[in-house]
Amino acid sequence: MTPANGRFKLILTLILALLLTVLPVPEPLDSFRPDWVLLVLGYWCMALPYRVSIGYAWMTGLTLDLLLGAPLGIHSLALSIVIYIIVMNHRLIRNISLWQQALIVGFLAMLNKLIIFWAEKLLFDISITPMYLWSILSTMLIWPWIFLILRKIRRQFAIR
Amino acid sequence: MKPIFATSTSLQLRLFFAVIASFSLIIFDSKFDSFSNVRLYLNTAVSPLIYAADIPSEMLKGVSNTVVTRRDLKKQVKEQKDKLFVQQVQLLEFKHLKEENNRLRALLNSPVHSDQRKLVAEIITVNSDPFSLQVVINKGSLDGIYIGQPVLNEQGVVGQIVDVSTTYSRILLISDITHGIPVRVQRNDIRAIANGSGELNSLNLPYMPHSTDIQVGDVLVTSGLGGVFPEGYPVATITEFTYQIGQPYAQVEAKPVVALERIRYVLLVWDDEESKSTTDTNKEAVL
Repeated sequence: MTPANGRFKLILTLILALLLTVLPVPEPLDSFRPDWVLLVLGYWCMALPYRVSIGYAWMTGLTLDLLLGAPLGIHSLALSIVIYIIVMNHRLIRNISLWQQALIVGFLAMLNKLIIFWAEKLLFDISITPMYLWSILSTMLIWPWIFLILRKIRRQFAIR
Repeated sequence: MKPIFATSTSLQLRLFFAVIASFSLIIFDSKFDSFSNVRLYLNTAVSPLIYAADIPSEMLKGVSNTVVTRRDLKKQVKEQKDKLFVQQVQLLEFKHLKEENNRLRALLNSPVHSDQRKLVAEIITVNSDPFSLQVVINKGSLDGIYIGQPVLNEQGVVGQIVDVSTTYSRILLISDITHGIPVRVQRNDIRAIANGSGELNSLNLPYMPHSTDIQVGDVLVTSGLGGVFPEGYPVATITEFTYQIGQPYAQVEAKPVVALERIRYVLLVWDDEESKSTTDTNKEAVL
Protein backbone atom coordinates (compact mmCIF):
# COMPACT_ATOMS: atom_id res chain seq x y z
CA MET A 1 0.00 0.00 0.00
CA THR A 2 1.30 3.42 -0.88
CA PRO A 3 0.96 6.09 1.78
CA ALA A 4 -1.14 8.15 -0.65
CA ASN A 5 -3.77 5.40 -0.66
CA GLY A 6 -7.12 7.11 -1.18
CA ARG A 7 -5.82 10.49 -0.13
CA PHE A 8 -7.45 12.12 -3.12
CA LYS A 9 -10.89 10.70 -2.24
CA LEU A 10 -10.44 11.63 1.37
CA ILE A 11 -9.62 15.23 0.50
CA LEU A 12 -12.49 15.28 -1.99
CA THR A 13 -14.98 14.47 0.77
CA LEU A 14 -13.50 17.28 2.86
CA ILE A 15 -13.79 19.73 -0.04
CA LEU A 16 -17.41 18.66 -0.51
CA ALA A 17 -18.03 19.35 3.18
CA LEU A 18 -16.44 22.80 2.83
CA LEU A 19 -18.62 23.53 -0.19
CA LEU A 20 -21.77 22.51 1.67
CA THR A 21 -20.74 24.88 4.45
CA VAL A 22 -20.59 27.94 2.19
CA LEU A 23 -23.44 26.93 -0.13
CA PRO A 24 -26.24 29.51 0.07
CA VAL A 25 -29.55 28.14 1.40
CA PRO A 26 -32.87 29.89 2.11
CA GLU A 27 -32.82 32.02 5.23
CA PRO A 28 -35.03 29.79 7.49
CA LEU A 29 -32.87 26.74 6.80
CA ASP A 30 -29.63 28.58 7.33
CA SER A 31 -29.56 28.25 11.11
CA PHE A 32 -30.17 24.50 10.78
CA ARG A 33 -27.16 23.96 8.54
CA PRO A 34 -25.25 20.96 9.97
CA ASP A 35 -21.60 21.37 10.77
CA TRP A 36 -20.54 19.44 7.65
CA VAL A 37 -16.81 19.89 8.16
CA LEU A 38 -16.92 18.58 11.71
CA LEU A 39 -19.01 15.57 10.61
CA VAL A 40 -16.73 14.52 7.76
CA LEU A 41 -13.47 15.33 9.49
CA GLY A 42 -14.72 13.68 12.66
CA TYR A 43 -15.53 10.48 10.81
CA TRP A 44 -12.11 10.25 9.17
CA CYS A 45 -10.35 10.96 12.45
CA MET A 46 -12.34 8.27 14.18
CA ALA A 47 -11.77 5.74 11.40
CA LEU A 48 -8.15 6.55 10.53
CA PRO A 49 -6.73 8.35 13.59
CA TYR A 50 -3.13 7.63 12.60
CA ARG A 51 -3.56 9.33 9.27
CA VAL A 52 -6.08 12.08 9.72
CA SER A 53 -5.70 14.13 12.85
CA ILE A 54 -4.74 17.59 13.99
CA GLY A 55 -2.76 18.52 10.85
CA TYR A 56 -5.79 17.94 8.65
CA ALA A 57 -8.04 19.68 11.16
CA TRP A 58 -5.86 22.77 11.24
CA MET A 59 -5.60 23.09 7.46
CA THR A 60 -9.33 22.50 6.98
CA GLY A 61 -10.08 25.08 9.66
CA LEU A 62 -7.87 27.62 7.93
CA THR A 63 -9.65 27.03 4.61
CA LEU A 64 -12.97 27.43 6.40
CA ASP A 65 -11.82 30.75 7.87
CA LEU A 66 -10.88 31.98 4.41
CA LEU A 67 -14.15 30.80 2.87
CA LEU A 68 -16.32 32.35 5.59
CA GLY A 69 -14.33 35.55 5.90
CA ALA A 70 -13.79 34.94 9.60
CA PRO A 71 -10.63 36.16 11.34
CA LEU A 72 -7.92 33.66 10.37
CA GLY A 73 -7.17 30.96 12.93
CA ILE A 74 -10.53 30.80 14.65
CA HIS A 75 -11.92 27.69 12.99
CA SER A 76 -8.46 26.08 12.98
CA LEU A 77 -8.29 26.52 16.73
CA ALA A 78 -11.75 25.08 17.37
CA LEU A 79 -11.36 22.16 14.97
CA SER A 80 -7.89 21.25 16.30
CA ILE A 81 -9.21 20.98 19.86
CA VAL A 82 -12.33 19.02 18.90
CA ILE A 83 -10.41 16.66 16.64
CA TYR A 84 -7.88 16.09 19.41
CA ILE A 85 -10.70 14.88 21.65
CA ILE A 86 -12.00 12.57 18.91
CA VAL A 87 -8.56 11.08 18.15
CA MET A 88 -7.80 10.55 21.83
CA ASN A 89 -11.08 8.67 22.31
CA HIS A 90 -11.41 7.01 18.92
CA ARG A 91 -11.53 3.47 20.38
CA LEU A 92 -14.36 4.40 22.68
CA ILE A 93 -16.33 6.21 19.98
CA ARG A 94 -15.94 3.33 17.52
CA ASN A 95 -17.42 0.82 19.93
CA ILE A 96 -20.66 2.51 20.87
CA SER A 97 -23.93 2.55 18.95
CA LEU A 98 -24.65 5.08 16.23
CA TRP A 99 -27.13 7.03 18.35
CA GLN A 100 -24.70 7.28 21.23
CA GLN A 101 -22.09 8.45 18.75
CA ALA A 102 -24.58 11.08 17.58
CA LEU A 103 -24.86 12.37 21.14
CA ILE A 104 -21.09 12.68 21.42
CA VAL A 105 -20.93 14.39 18.03
CA GLY A 106 -23.60 16.82 19.23
CA PHE A 107 -21.56 17.60 22.30
CA LEU A 108 -18.44 18.14 20.18
CA ALA A 109 -20.35 20.35 17.75
CA MET A 110 -21.43 22.47 20.70
CA LEU A 111 -17.85 22.68 21.94
CA ASN A 112 -16.73 23.69 18.44
CA LYS A 113 -19.35 26.44 18.25
CA LEU A 114 -18.58 27.72 21.74
CA ILE A 115 -14.82 27.91 21.07
CA ILE A 116 -15.53 29.87 17.88
CA PHE A 117 -17.88 32.18 19.73
CA TRP A 118 -15.43 32.69 22.57
CA ALA A 119 -12.52 33.42 20.23
CA GLU A 120 -14.56 35.95 18.24
CA LYS A 121 -15.81 37.47 21.48
CA LEU A 122 -12.19 38.22 22.38
CA LEU A 123 -11.86 40.21 19.16
CA PHE A 124 -15.27 41.84 18.74
CA ASP A 125 -18.14 42.87 20.96
CA ILE A 126 -20.56 40.22 19.71
CA SER A 127 -23.42 38.48 21.43
CA ILE A 128 -24.80 34.98 21.03
CA THR A 129 -28.32 34.16 19.90
CA PRO A 130 -30.14 30.85 20.49
CA MET A 131 -30.39 30.53 16.68
CA TYR A 132 -26.63 30.01 16.63
CA LEU A 133 -26.94 26.73 18.55
CA TRP A 134 -29.84 25.18 16.61
CA SER A 135 -27.48 23.61 14.10
CA ILE A 136 -26.13 21.29 16.83
CA LEU A 137 -29.44 19.41 16.63
CA SER A 138 -29.23 18.94 12.86
CA THR A 139 -25.58 17.92 13.16
CA MET A 140 -26.59 15.19 15.63
CA LEU A 141 -29.46 13.97 13.49
CA ILE A 142 -27.39 13.70 10.33
CA TRP A 143 -24.40 11.95 11.91
CA PRO A 144 -25.65 8.35 11.43
CA TRP A 145 -26.17 8.90 7.70
CA ILE A 146 -22.82 10.61 7.24
CA PHE A 147 -21.22 7.75 9.15
CA LEU A 148 -22.83 5.09 6.93
CA ILE A 149 -22.06 6.94 3.68
CA LEU A 150 -18.43 7.58 4.56
CA ARG A 151 -17.96 4.03 5.83
CA LYS A 152 -19.24 2.78 2.48
CA ILE A 153 -16.82 5.07 0.67
CA ARG A 154 -13.97 3.93 2.91
CA ARG A 155 -14.68 0.23 2.33
CA GLN A 156 -15.40 0.63 -1.37
CA PHE A 157 -12.09 2.33 -2.08
CA ALA A 158 -10.19 0.52 0.71
CA ILE A 159 -8.94 3.74 2.25
CA ARG A 160 -6.97 2.88 5.35
CA MET B 1 2.47 -0.64 10.18
CA LYS B 2 0.65 1.49 12.69
CA PRO B 3 2.75 2.99 15.44
CA ILE B 4 1.21 1.88 18.71
CA PHE B 5 3.37 3.68 21.23
CA ALA B 6 4.42 7.29 21.46
CA THR B 7 1.45 8.54 19.45
CA SER B 8 -0.45 10.11 22.31
CA THR B 9 2.44 12.32 23.39
CA SER B 10 3.10 13.46 19.84
CA LEU B 11 -0.62 14.11 19.51
CA GLN B 12 -0.52 16.43 22.48
CA LEU B 13 2.51 18.12 21.03
CA ARG B 14 0.71 18.56 17.74
CA LEU B 15 -2.30 20.03 19.50
CA PHE B 16 0.01 22.42 21.34
CA PHE B 17 1.56 23.58 18.06
CA ALA B 18 -1.85 23.88 16.40
CA VAL B 19 -3.18 26.03 19.24
CA ILE B 20 -0.09 28.25 19.24
CA ALA B 21 -0.27 28.61 15.46
CA SER B 22 -3.99 29.44 15.61
CA PHE B 23 -3.53 32.08 18.28
CA SER B 24 -0.64 33.72 16.45
CA LEU B 25 -2.72 33.73 13.25
CA ILE B 26 -5.65 35.33 15.08
CA ILE B 27 -3.39 38.03 16.50
CA PHE B 28 -1.46 38.64 13.26
CA ASP B 29 -4.60 38.73 11.17
CA SER B 30 -6.54 41.16 13.33
CA LYS B 31 -3.76 43.44 14.56
CA PHE B 32 -1.25 43.81 11.72
CA ASP B 33 -2.23 45.42 8.43
CA SER B 34 0.76 44.01 6.60
CA PHE B 35 -0.80 40.57 6.90
CA SER B 36 -3.43 41.50 4.29
CA ASN B 37 -0.93 40.62 1.57
CA VAL B 38 -0.70 37.05 2.83
CA ARG B 39 -4.47 36.98 3.03
CA LEU B 40 -4.70 38.04 -0.60
CA TYR B 41 -2.72 34.97 -1.69
CA LEU B 42 -4.63 32.62 0.60
CA ASN B 43 -7.98 34.02 -0.56
CA THR B 44 -6.95 33.55 -4.16
CA ALA B 45 -6.10 29.93 -3.41
CA VAL B 46 -9.62 29.19 -2.15
CA SER B 47 -11.44 31.28 -4.77
CA PRO B 48 -12.43 28.23 -6.89
CA LEU B 49 -14.45 26.96 -3.92
CA ILE B 50 -16.26 30.31 -3.58
CA TYR B 51 -17.19 30.27 -7.25
CA ALA B 52 -18.19 26.60 -7.09
CA ALA B 53 -20.52 27.34 -4.17
CA ASP B 54 -22.18 30.04 -6.24
CA ILE B 55 -22.97 27.68 -9.17
CA PRO B 56 -26.36 26.37 -7.86
CA SER B 57 -27.79 29.83 -7.30
CA GLU B 58 -26.46 30.96 -10.68
CA MET B 59 -28.25 28.00 -12.25
CA LEU B 60 -31.48 28.87 -10.41
CA LYS B 61 -31.13 32.42 -11.68
CA GLY B 62 -30.64 31.06 -15.21
CA VAL B 63 -33.79 28.92 -14.89
CA SER B 64 -35.88 31.80 -13.60
CA ASN B 65 -34.59 33.94 -16.47
CA THR B 66 -35.62 31.40 -19.11
CA VAL B 67 -39.13 30.77 -17.78
CA VAL B 68 -40.11 34.45 -17.92
CA THR B 69 -43.05 34.92 -20.29
CA ARG B 70 -42.86 37.07 -23.38
CA ARG B 71 -45.52 39.40 -22.06
CA ASP B 72 -43.61 40.00 -18.83
CA LEU B 73 -40.46 40.74 -20.77
CA LYS B 74 -42.24 43.20 -23.03
CA LYS B 75 -43.71 44.92 -20.02
CA GLN B 76 -40.31 45.05 -18.36
CA VAL B 77 -38.63 46.51 -21.43
CA LYS B 78 -41.29 49.19 -21.72
CA GLU B 79 -40.93 50.11 -18.05
CA GLN B 80 -37.17 50.29 -18.34
CA LYS B 81 -37.38 52.43 -21.48
CA ASP B 82 -39.71 54.89 -19.77
CA LYS B 83 -37.47 55.03 -16.75
CA LEU B 84 -34.38 55.58 -18.89
CA PHE B 85 -36.12 58.38 -20.76
CA VAL B 86 -37.06 60.22 -17.59
CA GLN B 87 -33.60 59.76 -16.15
CA GLN B 88 -31.89 60.96 -19.31
CA VAL B 89 -33.90 64.17 -19.14
CA GLN B 90 -32.94 64.53 -15.49
CA LEU B 91 -29.33 63.94 -16.46
CA LEU B 92 -29.40 66.93 -18.80
CA GLU B 93 -30.47 69.11 -15.91
CA PHE B 94 -27.86 67.49 -13.71
CA LYS B 95 -25.05 68.20 -16.17
CA HIS B 96 -26.04 71.83 -16.26
CA LEU B 97 -26.16 72.02 -12.47
CA LYS B 98 -22.82 70.29 -12.17
CA GLU B 99 -21.12 72.77 -14.45
CA GLU B 100 -22.70 75.63 -12.60
CA ASN B 101 -21.64 74.14 -9.28
CA ASN B 102 -18.06 73.71 -10.47
CA ARG B 103 -17.94 77.31 -11.66
CA LEU B 104 -19.30 78.55 -8.33
CA ARG B 105 -16.81 76.42 -6.42
CA ALA B 106 -14.01 77.81 -8.58
CA LEU B 107 -15.18 81.33 -7.68
CA LEU B 108 -14.99 80.40 -3.99
CA ASN B 109 -11.55 78.83 -4.48
CA SER B 110 -12.90 75.48 -3.27
CA PRO B 111 -11.66 72.26 -4.87
CA VAL B 112 -13.83 71.24 -7.81
CA HIS B 113 -15.52 67.82 -7.62
CA SER B 114 -14.23 65.69 -10.44
CA ASP B 115 -15.64 62.49 -11.85
CA GLN B 116 -14.77 59.34 -9.97
CA ARG B 117 -13.91 56.00 -11.47
CA LYS B 118 -16.76 53.55 -10.89
CA LEU B 119 -17.29 49.84 -11.38
CA VAL B 120 -20.38 47.64 -11.06
CA ALA B 121 -20.00 44.30 -9.28
CA GLU B 122 -22.42 41.47 -8.64
CA ILE B 123 -22.98 39.76 -5.32
CA ILE B 124 -21.85 36.13 -5.05
CA THR B 125 -24.26 34.35 -2.75
CA VAL B 126 -22.16 32.38 -0.29
CA ASN B 127 -22.61 31.75 3.38
CA SER B 128 -20.47 33.90 5.68
CA ASP B 129 -19.26 34.01 9.24
CA PRO B 130 -22.44 34.20 11.40
CA PHE B 131 -20.89 36.86 13.65
CA SER B 132 -20.23 39.45 11.00
CA LEU B 133 -22.34 40.99 8.26
CA GLN B 134 -20.49 40.53 5.01
CA VAL B 135 -21.21 39.90 1.35
CA VAL B 136 -18.89 38.65 -1.37
CA ILE B 137 -18.65 40.29 -4.79
CA ASN B 138 -17.27 38.99 -8.06
CA LYS B 139 -14.53 41.59 -8.54
CA GLY B 140 -11.08 41.50 -6.96
CA SER B 141 -7.63 43.02 -6.98
CA LEU B 142 -7.30 42.33 -10.71
CA ASP B 143 -10.00 44.97 -11.19
CA GLY B 144 -8.11 47.37 -8.93
CA ILE B 145 -10.18 46.84 -5.80
CA TYR B 146 -8.41 47.70 -2.56
CA ILE B 147 -9.08 47.27 1.14
CA GLY B 148 -11.05 50.20 2.53
CA GLN B 149 -12.73 51.02 -0.76
CA PRO B 150 -16.25 52.48 -0.40
CA VAL B 151 -19.16 50.46 -1.81
CA LEU B 152 -22.47 52.05 -2.82
CA ASN B 153 -25.58 51.11 -4.72
CA GLU B 154 -28.34 53.11 -6.36
CA GLN B 155 -29.96 53.80 -2.98
CA GLY B 156 -26.98 54.77 -0.87
CA VAL B 157 -23.99 53.48 1.06
CA VAL B 158 -23.59 49.69 1.38
CA GLY B 159 -20.26 49.30 3.18
CA GLN B 160 -16.56 49.00 2.50
CA ILE B 161 -14.14 46.39 1.23
CA VAL B 162 -12.37 44.49 4.01
CA ASP B 163 -10.81 41.56 2.20
CA VAL B 164 -9.63 41.06 -1.37
CA SER B 165 -8.42 38.20 -3.51
CA THR B 166 -7.56 38.40 -7.19
CA THR B 167 -11.08 37.49 -8.34
CA TYR B 168 -13.45 38.19 -5.46
CA SER B 169 -13.65 40.51 -2.48
CA ARG B 170 -15.61 40.86 0.70
CA ILE B 171 -17.73 43.84 1.74
CA LEU B 172 -18.27 44.70 5.37
CA LEU B 173 -21.80 46.09 5.56
CA ILE B 174 -22.41 49.38 7.40
CA SER B 175 -24.55 47.61 10.02
CA ASP B 176 -21.76 45.24 11.08
CA ILE B 177 -20.84 45.66 14.73
CA THR B 178 -17.25 46.63 13.89
CA HIS B 179 -18.24 49.26 11.33
CA GLY B 180 -18.55 52.98 11.92
CA ILE B 181 -19.25 55.68 9.37
CA PRO B 182 -18.97 59.46 9.78
CA VAL B 183 -22.27 61.09 8.83
CA ARG B 184 -24.08 64.41 9.00
CA VAL B 185 -27.77 65.18 9.19
CA GLN B 186 -28.85 66.43 5.79
CA ARG B 187 -31.29 68.96 7.27
CA ASN B 188 -28.92 70.86 9.57
CA ASP B 189 -25.37 69.50 9.09
CA ILE B 190 -25.04 68.05 12.60
CA ARG B 191 -22.11 65.65 12.52
CA ALA B 192 -22.17 62.18 14.08
CA ILE B 193 -20.77 58.68 13.77
CA ALA B 194 -23.16 55.90 12.80
CA ASN B 195 -22.01 52.61 14.29
CA GLY B 196 -23.29 49.24 13.16
CA SER B 197 -25.43 47.36 15.65
CA GLY B 198 -24.78 43.82 14.41
CA GLU B 199 -28.37 43.63 13.17
CA LEU B 200 -28.80 44.08 9.45
CA ASN B 201 -31.31 46.93 9.57
CA SER B 202 -30.14 49.09 12.42
CA LEU B 203 -27.38 51.59 13.16
CA ASN B 204 -26.87 53.59 16.31
CA LEU B 205 -25.42 57.04 16.90
CA PRO B 206 -23.53 57.11 20.19
CA TYR B 207 -22.66 60.18 22.28
CA MET B 208 -25.44 62.44 21.08
CA PRO B 209 -26.47 64.99 23.75
CA HIS B 210 -30.22 65.03 24.35
CA SER B 211 -30.44 68.65 23.22
CA THR B 212 -29.24 67.74 19.71
CA ASP B 213 -31.64 68.76 16.99
CA ILE B 214 -32.28 65.36 15.47
CA GLN B 215 -35.78 64.19 14.61
CA VAL B 216 -37.22 60.87 13.56
CA GLY B 217 -37.16 60.75 9.76
CA ASP B 218 -34.02 62.85 9.32
CA VAL B 219 -31.76 61.61 6.57
CA LEU B 220 -28.10 60.97 7.38
CA VAL B 221 -25.58 61.43 4.57
CA THR B 222 -21.87 60.71 4.51
CA SER B 223 -19.85 63.67 5.76
CA GLY B 224 -16.67 62.68 3.96
CA LEU B 225 -14.67 63.31 7.11
CA GLY B 226 -13.22 59.85 7.63
CA GLY B 227 -11.53 59.94 4.24
CA VAL B 228 -13.02 56.58 3.26
CA PHE B 229 -16.46 57.45 1.94
CA PRO B 230 -17.10 60.23 -0.59
CA GLU B 231 -19.25 63.08 0.67
CA GLY B 232 -23.00 63.40 0.32
CA TYR B 233 -24.32 59.86 -0.19
CA PRO B 234 -27.38 58.83 1.84
CA VAL B 235 -26.64 56.36 4.63
CA ALA B 236 -29.67 55.98 6.89
CA THR B 237 -32.84 57.57 8.24
CA ILE B 238 -33.40 58.19 11.94
CA THR B 239 -35.96 55.82 13.40
CA GLU B 240 -35.66 56.56 17.09
CA PHE B 241 -34.57 59.46 19.26
CA THR B 242 -35.26 58.94 22.93
CA TYR B 243 -33.83 60.44 26.06
CA GLN B 244 -34.09 58.95 29.51
CA ILE B 245 -33.58 61.18 32.51
CA GLY B 246 -30.32 60.30 34.22
CA GLN B 247 -28.66 59.04 31.09
CA PRO B 248 -25.81 61.23 29.80
CA TYR B 249 -26.66 60.75 26.13
CA ALA B 250 -29.74 60.29 24.01
CA GLN B 251 -30.44 56.96 22.37
CA VAL B 252 -30.43 57.49 18.62
CA GLU B 253 -31.12 54.71 16.16
CA ALA B 254 -31.24 54.76 12.39
CA LYS B 255 -32.22 52.39 9.60
CA PRO B 256 -29.92 52.06 6.57
CA VAL B 257 -31.33 53.53 3.37
CA VAL B 258 -30.17 50.50 1.39
CA ALA B 259 -32.19 47.30 1.80
CA LEU B 260 -29.09 45.39 2.87
CA GLU B 261 -30.79 41.98 2.88
CA ARG B 262 -31.51 42.03 -0.84
CA ILE B 263 -28.70 43.81 -2.61
CA ARG B 264 -27.66 42.18 -5.90
CA TYR B 265 -25.48 44.75 -7.61
CA VAL B 266 -23.13 47.23 -6.01
CA LEU B 267 -21.06 50.14 -7.24
CA LEU B 268 -17.40 50.47 -6.33
CA VAL B 269 -16.02 53.98 -6.22
CA TRP B 270 -12.42 55.06 -6.53
CA ASP B 271 -11.51 58.06 -4.49
CA ASP B 272 -9.95 60.52 -6.95
CA GLU B 273 -8.14 62.39 -4.18
CA GLU B 274 -6.31 59.23 -3.30
CA SER B 275 -5.34 58.46 -6.90
CA LYS B 276 -4.20 62.08 -7.21
CA SER B 277 -2.08 61.92 -4.08
CA THR B 278 -0.55 58.60 -5.13
CA THR B 279 0.39 60.08 -8.49
CA ASP B 280 1.82 63.07 -6.62
CA THR B 281 3.98 60.82 -4.48
CA ASN B 282 4.95 58.90 -7.61
CA LYS B 283 6.08 62.16 -9.15
CA GLU B 284 8.05 62.98 -6.07
CA ALA B 285 9.64 59.59 -6.15
CA VAL B 286 10.59 60.14 -9.78
CA LEU B 287 12.05 63.54 -8.98
